[in-house]
Amino acid sequence: MPKDHGIGASSKRREDIRFLTGKGRYTDDINLPGQAHACFVRSQVAHGRLKGVDISAAQKMPGVIRVFTAIDLEGVGGLPCGWQVTDRHGNPMQEPGHPVLATGKVRHVGDPIAVVVAETPEQARDAAEAVQPDIEELPPVLDLRGALAEDAVKVHEELSSNLCYDWGFVENNREDVDKAIATAHHVTTLDLVNQRLIPNAMEPRVAIGDFNPATGDSTLYTTSQNPHVIRLLMGAFVLGIPEHKLRVVAPDVGGGFGSKIFHYAEEAFCTFAAKALGRPVKWTCQRSESFMSDAHGRDHVTKIELALDKNGRFLALRTQTHANMGAYLSTFAPSVPTWLHGTLMAGNYRTPLIYVNVKAVFTNTVPVDAYRGAGRPEATFQLERVIDKAAREMGIDPIELRRRNFVTEFPYATPVAVEYDTGDYHATMDKLVEIADFAGFEARRAKSAARGKLRGLGVNCYIEACGIAPSHLVGQLGARAGLYEAATVRVNATGGLVVMTGSHSHGQGHETSFAQVVADMIGLDENMVEIVHGDTANTPMGMGTYGSRSLAVGGSAIVRATEKIIAKAKKIAAHLMEAAPEDIELKNGAFSVAGTDKSVAWGDVTLAAYVPHNYPLEEIEPGLEETAFYDPNNFTFPAGAYACEVEVDPETGKVEVCSFVATDDFGTIVNPMIVDGQVHGGIAQGLGQALLERAVYDEYGQLLSGSYMDYAMPRADDLPSFTVDHSCQTPCTHNPLGVKGCGEAGAIGSPPALVNAVVDALNRGGYEHITHIDMPLTPSRVWAAMR
Amino acid sequence: MYSFDLDRPVTLEAALAALKAEDAQPLGGGQTLIPALKQRLAAPSRLVSLAAIPDLCGIDLEGETLTIGAATPHAMVAGQAGAYPALAALAGGIGDPAVRNRGTIGGSLANNDPSACYPAAVLGSGAVICTNIREIAADDFFEGMFATALEDGEIIIRVRFPVPQAACYRKFDHPASRFALAGAFVARFPGSVRVAITGVSEEGVFRWSEAEAALSARFAPDALEGVSLPPEGMIEDLHGSSAYRAHLAGVMTRRAVAAMV
Repeated sequence: MPKDHGIGASSKRREDIRFLTGKGRYTDDINLPGQAHACFVRSQVAHGRLKGVDISAAQKMPGVIRVFTAIDLEGVGGLPCGWQVTDRHGNPMQEPGHPVLATGKVRHVGDPIAVVVAETPEQARDAAEAVQPDIEELPPVLDLRGALAEDAVKVHEELSSNLCYDWGFVENNREDVDKAIATAHHVTTLDLVNQRLIPNAMEPRVAIGDFNPATGDSTLYTTSQNPHVIRLLMGAFVLGIPEHKLRVVAPDVGGGFGSKIFHYAEEAFCTFAAKALGRPVKWTCQRSESFMSDAHGRDHVTKIELALDKNGRFLALRTQTHANMGAYLSTFAPSVPTWLHGTLMAGNYRTPLIYVNVKAVFTNTVPVDAYRGAGRPEATFQLERVIDKAAREMGIDPIELRRRNFVTEFPYATPVAVEYDTGDYHATMDKLVEIADFAGFEARRAKSAARGKLRGLGVNCYIEACGIAPSHLVGQLGARAGLYEAATVRVNATGGLVVMTGSHSHGQGHETSFAQVVADMIGLDENMVEIVHGDTANTPMGMGTYGSRSLAVGGSAIVRATEKIIAKAKKIAAHLMEAAPEDIELKNGAFSVAGTDKSVAWGDVTLAAYVPHNYPLEEIEPGLEETAFYDPNNFTFPAGAYACEVEVDPETGKVEVCSFVATDDFGTIVNPMIVDGQVHGGIAQGLGQALLERAVYDEYGQLLSGSYMDYAMPRADDLPSFTVDHSCQTPCTHNPLGVKGCGEAGAIGSPPALVNAVVDALNRGGYEHITHIDMPLTPSRVWAAMR
Repeated sequence: MYSFDLDRPVTLEAALAALKAEDAQPLGGGQTLIPALKQRLAAPSRLVSLAAIPDLCGIDLEGETLTIGAATPHAMVAGQAGAYPALAALAGGIGDPAVRNRGTIGGSLANNDPSACYPAAVLGSGAVICTNIREIAADDFFEGMFATALEDGEIIIRVRFPVPQAACYRKFDHPASRFALAGAFVARFPGSVRVAITGVSEEGVFRWSEAEAALSARFAPDALEGVSLPPEGMIEDLHGSSAYRAHLAGVMTRRAVAAMV
């Protein structure tokens, strides 16, 4: 029987009532009295020397309050990078400055040069068109390998080259890996591109700065996944405002997918300008503006080699990747191709020797940073593609080849620095085989063939490191922040609870699932628990939501705080019933004395805490409110197996996804319906990458895919109905809930399944020469491959 | 969007008078112009909406001729042009419901987007475009990408379609915009076949005369064997090479024919 409340129940998402009835309150819904409007003047060229900015005409335009350029931002620091990678020679990465407004040079189309603040958004935009930047164009740096040539033009003159870092992992494995590959029975090699993506959250970014001259307090309303991180970064590094004078509010946020983790120039500018002008300053991003100002994702060019023995056992793996950083280092950019990518190269397999080399490169393009999955999709894609290719080359069934190499004993220390605590890869594969009806594939293929279509079946596994992250570990890896999470549980006098979390919900359903956890622990109705998030003024300092961490890390902090609440409440109950605290039991929201019929209700205890007439004040403080900080001692490792069936139209190259099955092991499940939804969304996003999406720059550095007319987002009719199963559960061993995280799995696991399926269809259809097609597998690309 | 004045006349006469104002520009359903305005790619000082003129909206069947008012939205054609099923189906496949409820046939033709669907139907049917000053045969109307025979101050009033014995439109969707990456409209009349291709040529919609000749001789999909379009002059962009588009035009034509026999 499925549960109808608490942990394991598919409770309806309480936040959907406001989201689906137009009652949400997003940043753009906030309008402050006297607010002015900002419009950014952005570079229209990819690379050039900024010799001056003529603002004289713009300043005279109607409604203009002030036009800002870099010289007006005195005392404003550059945007900080939150992660320092050390290269394979032990040197720190090259870290260029990242000014809020361009100084000296413009480095990508969209680079902000000036800002007009005016009475209305239209007036700001009119005047922005009258700002005249004087730019001497320079040749743009666009090609990743070309950027590293001796004589290449430099994106940042102050650096020695366009190389951010040359990272080797694990550097000590390098020679052994080379040797193993040189002497192996079989080596499969694959060159591939993991293309650049544009995040496209439904809600574009918005920032509103506000300053109170009476108190000296600044407030920033922003579309953020992590308001505390923005307060810390912007306050400490950019504007010099201490935390107690700066409040950051991220109200309802319409999707992030990583793009709203980072601290952006517009946030700092609006906060700065509000103080400079004595008026609130609001900026709302246009959709086309977001294409050239939100951090992009992926953009790796990779060569991978897998060495196998004659039985198909993996001996060694070597990958070389060029990763595009774009023009500047976005907040967490350096960590994505390194620690979120190299550490996952073992996948679900016992490969004893692994070496990962990554060259991160500056180019005249929009900065690239974490995007749903962040490094793990890139790792999974190359690994699961090369395994499929190896299976084909060696004549081994692709599922069998994977099974032969599965990690089966846990904990398992990989050769790439992480330890998988638990998992059962055979179980998820068994489940996949059962649900996806592989036995019936041949019959389905014959039916497709009768209609002139080529049918194929693709299978792959994935593993990801979630619950980011153990601070002690990421600190060693270059993180400049701790990655714990915090929660405060406040019990009110009449028994209702308010839980304040440092996590942030922008679609994940925290308000529902976090309430389920607390209600389950105490034995109360979920509706007695309210979740508060998104405002640094009333939540404890936590690190926000990304990396599938909210339940595993934030939820664990909530569990710890609730445990403290229960412990204290038991002491109060013991006093009320004149019993020993260790004899008190809490069940279904009532306290009883073990072995007796004595009991007091939850509300009696909470009331006693706040109306302490009969209360052991010498022993216990009144009130019932507890805070906990939780720092995990390991990542979590969700894993699973995915299958995709496609039909290819050989005349047009069009791929139709016929079915998609996902079997995931997320450990304990709090709300199965929300987990289904997270996986559905992830698969849609992954198939969007596999089939449709691609950011394309031309040779001048202009973004050709700069609108939905050319950037193809997945739509409902591009996708089949997904089959999602998460009945295989090996609970995480090191967090109190046993949860692993499910937000990114679909986006990580689905691209290789789709590409494996298309290659399978083409091979079965007689196109044996096709071993790989780079994503997105658009009709024209598939057709071209068949020619 | 820049500021502009908007006229919304309810009679044709008032619209034509309003269009005489300097820099005045007609506005159909706005499905191309409004996005361009929002991106500040166009800056007309005065727009004259043609959407509120009852005389410009409606579908009328007389004998074998279907006449559609220029301001008739695609959704109405999709729902009410049952006398010409291929045309109704084409209209029902344009854009999404919002586009189909606002976009008009006259607006689409006057814009002549090289990837739009309606030009293929008009050219493939050999329709007649009736304006406020003359009648223009489809063969004389389309003059290349975004270019038509319309002169300043000339607006489309209605379009007259001869209903063919059989017709079919097959479109291969552009992955992002869902315009036609390649579309073929095939219409069979007594003694002749017309084939119009959209989405493919740098010159916009065109008649594929080799295919017409082959199909006029024998109306069957395999009559098109060995008939192909050269890639020269075809659109090439990030969504497909010129060779791919030329190839797709052939596939769509063959599929249209197959659906008709």
